[in-house]
Amino acid sequence: MIIDGSEGSLKKFLSDLPPVDQVGAEARAAMLSTRSIKTTSKAWAIDMAISMVDLTTLEGADSFGKVKALCAKAVRPDPTDLTVPSVGAICVYNDMVKIARTELDAIGGKDIPVAAVATAFPSGRASRAVKELDTQDAINAGANEIDMVIDRGAFLSGRLGEVFEEIKIIKELCGDKAHLKVILETGELVTYDNVRKASYLAMLAGADFIKTSTGKVAPAATAPVVLVMLEAVRDYFALTGTKIGVKPAGGIRTTKDAIKQLVLVNETAGPDWLNPSLFRIGASALLNDLLMQRMKLRTGHYASANYVTMD
Amino acid sequence: MSGFEYASAPESKAIANIASSYGLFINGKFVEPKKGKSFTTINPATEELLSKIAYADKLDIDLAVKSARTAFTKVWSKMPAKERGKYLYRIARIMQERAREFAVVETLDNGKPIRESRDTDIPLAAAHFFYHAGWADKLEYAGVGSKPKPVGVVGQIIPWNFPLLMLAWKIAPALAAGNTVVLKPAETTPLTALLFAQVCQQAGLPDGVVNIVTGDGITGAALVNHPDINKIAFTGSTEVGKAIARSISATKKSATLELGGKAANLVFDDAAIDEAVEGIVNGIFFNQGHVCCAGSRLLLQENIADEVLEKLKKRMSLIRVGDPMDKNTDLGAINSKEQLNRIHEISNTGDTEGANRWSPECKLPSKGFWYPPTIFTGVSQSHRIAREEIFGPVLSVLTFRTPAEGIEKANNTMYGLSAGIWSDKGSKVLWAAKQLKAGVIWSNTFNKFDPASPFGGYKESGWGREGGRHGLAGYLTSDAKAAK
Repeated sequence: MIIDGSEGSLKKFLSDLPPVDQVGAEARAAMLSTRSIKTTSKAWAIDMAISMVDLTTLEGADSFGKVKALCAKAVRPDPTDLTVPSVGAICVYNDMVKIARTELDAIGGKDIPVAAVATAFPSGRASRAVKELDTQDAINAGANEIDMVIDRGAFLSGRLGEVFEEIKIIKELCGDKAHLKVILETGELVTYDNVRKASYLAMLAGADFIKTSTGKVAPAATAPVVLVMLEAVRDYFALTGTKIGVKPAGGIRTTKDAIKQLVLVNETAGPDWLNPSLFRIGASALLNDLLMQRMKLRTGHYASANYVTMD
Repeated sequence: MSGFEYASAPESKAIANIASSYGLFINGKFVEPKKGKSFTTINPATEELLSKIAYADKLDIDLAVKSARTAFTKVWSKMPAKERGKYLYRIARIMQERAREFAVVETLDNGKPIRESRDTDIPLAAAHFFYHAGWADKLEYAGVGSKPKPVGVVGQIIPWNFPLLMLAWKIAPALAAGNTVVLKPAETTPLTALLFAQVCQQAGLPDGVVNIVTGDGITGAALVNHPDINKIAFTGSTEVGKAIARSISATKKSATLELGGKAANLVFDDAAIDEAVEGIVNGIFFNQGHVCCAGSRLLLQENIADEVLEKLKKRMSLIRVGDPMDKNTDLGAINSKEQLNRIHEISNTGDTEGANRWSPECKLPSKGFWYPPTIFTGVSQSHRIAREEIFGPVLSVLTFRTPAEGIEKANNTMYGLSAGIWSDKGSKVLWAAKQLKAGVIWSNTFNKFDPASPFGGYKESGWGREGGRHGLAGYLTSDAKAAK
């Protein structure tokens, strides 16, 4: 064990982490965004990105109909081209988990996991008991993945032990039934030092994935934030031999954005992470842009938006 | 295709439009050299011939200096300062408009990655003209008295590592201050200077204000020794710099010399390690290490040395070496066979003197001049690779135990051009910056340039400064008689 579980040892470990230099991290991310990904590598990257999309709907107006439509899209993103891979997962609120699971199973999407946001998403402002119930409810409904939010208030006021405990408890509830993604909400943590500390805290507490954002707070998955998190999983692997996944979410809308994310993965955590089991992209609008770019590469022509399905 | 391999993404050569031969640019026109001699310039990445270049000898230099003198006395020094400024703005804008063309020509002639010529060399060169254009009518605030005068005709000799950028560093302040110039580009990289001559024509710059003479070291010596030159500005090796200083010692000529370096890059144990690793890579592998201020001596605090080296090696294995025209290339070709031999010669002493060489696995192209990114660990101060400028992608790694020892080792060199400090602790950065004997000190970054910031060295790294107010002052005199 790297830490003994006490708040003291956790704080000591996190404060011993090397700092992040803001200017340097942003310069590195900016340099990597100049990589020019063309032809065969672009085609490969588009299919990889599609298979990594956590197709998401997290709206108050979500209905069974909306979720069912999303499931159809997840299984066959482009009904005119069956060589397009299915997406990485469906991501919904927990009252939509059952319908999503049932629908996916019914239409040939048995292998597509359903992720539920939990622990009083997006703010995380609820009692521990409510957060546990929220999580248990999603698991009972058949969620394969739990996307929990951390208590940013506790983190920012230095109550790191509380944040750690909460993740540990949720992880225990997940057991071997569900993968745990821990949302840091980096837009509220603000500094890269905080992002690095929160990443390690989540990994030490048992996260299978660390995720940037809820999508409800801007800025969300900026390139330097993802860079810092990828460095964290890379170094955590060197330290422990365990590979933790990364999920940027929020603000990734175009194929260009998605490819930049893949370049960041490739040149930071390394090619092992270029795989839906270790990298996901939380998005809703992105999928259609990926499909349009895929058509363009195949046919040489841009299609109008009416040639991709709107769900 | 397995995995995420980046398909080749080459920049187009078509935009370069390189002529099959070039004359000398004297008095606003391209002219044949008096004796009709020429030499060739090649693409160092492929060894393909790019163009035939006129060779200037004494007679041609004399003609160029005469044209610069006439332009100085009759036109340029008499022109209202704000009009001079307008020409410089015009040149800057044309350079921006033709940036892609300049970048391609620079990469073909020099071997540097297109990413660097596109994102660094050309934008910075244009920035130097913009910056100095603003100075042209404000010279009384340059710090050399209330009535500053130009020096006169300036002979300028530039190196091959940043051909257009070094031209801009030289020509922009000289012209802003009211001087006229005769500039000799390096033998292996004359093309962007000749393209710049076309820009001067396009901008309608009066004839003779800028003259470009191409040739080798003999051409340069003829320029240095010409009796009607008022000042020499040279960037290049310390060896040649010393020769220039000797040959002008009994004359009234002034000089600015920007020479070699062996910069220390100090990483303290409280540094941001990941960003320090980026800075180390940028410090030594930027422009194939053909950088006089390159961070070629890495000084690591001993208690973090293993961690940093492990991360550095991982990072180095990601460096993409190859076709400079590919937009994803990080490390391009060595500029010439001669330079490659020099890198081999000094680096090989690292092996024989007992340092440990390491390079990532990388395939080098069969044609052209290439050297893999290389580090030597276990280097001590007495090794040749710790003392001499290699001017290639070769890093010497040393360690220190206390901050004081780090500073002592950093200063223990005949050079003093630049240094880097990596620490998250502000007080330590300020303390270290005060102790280091180097003209440029970067804190938590490396190889950052700005036209407003003076650049130059201590000790054998040179005389005077370039850039900023201090650099401009080198092209001005408060004594009206100096410009006869």
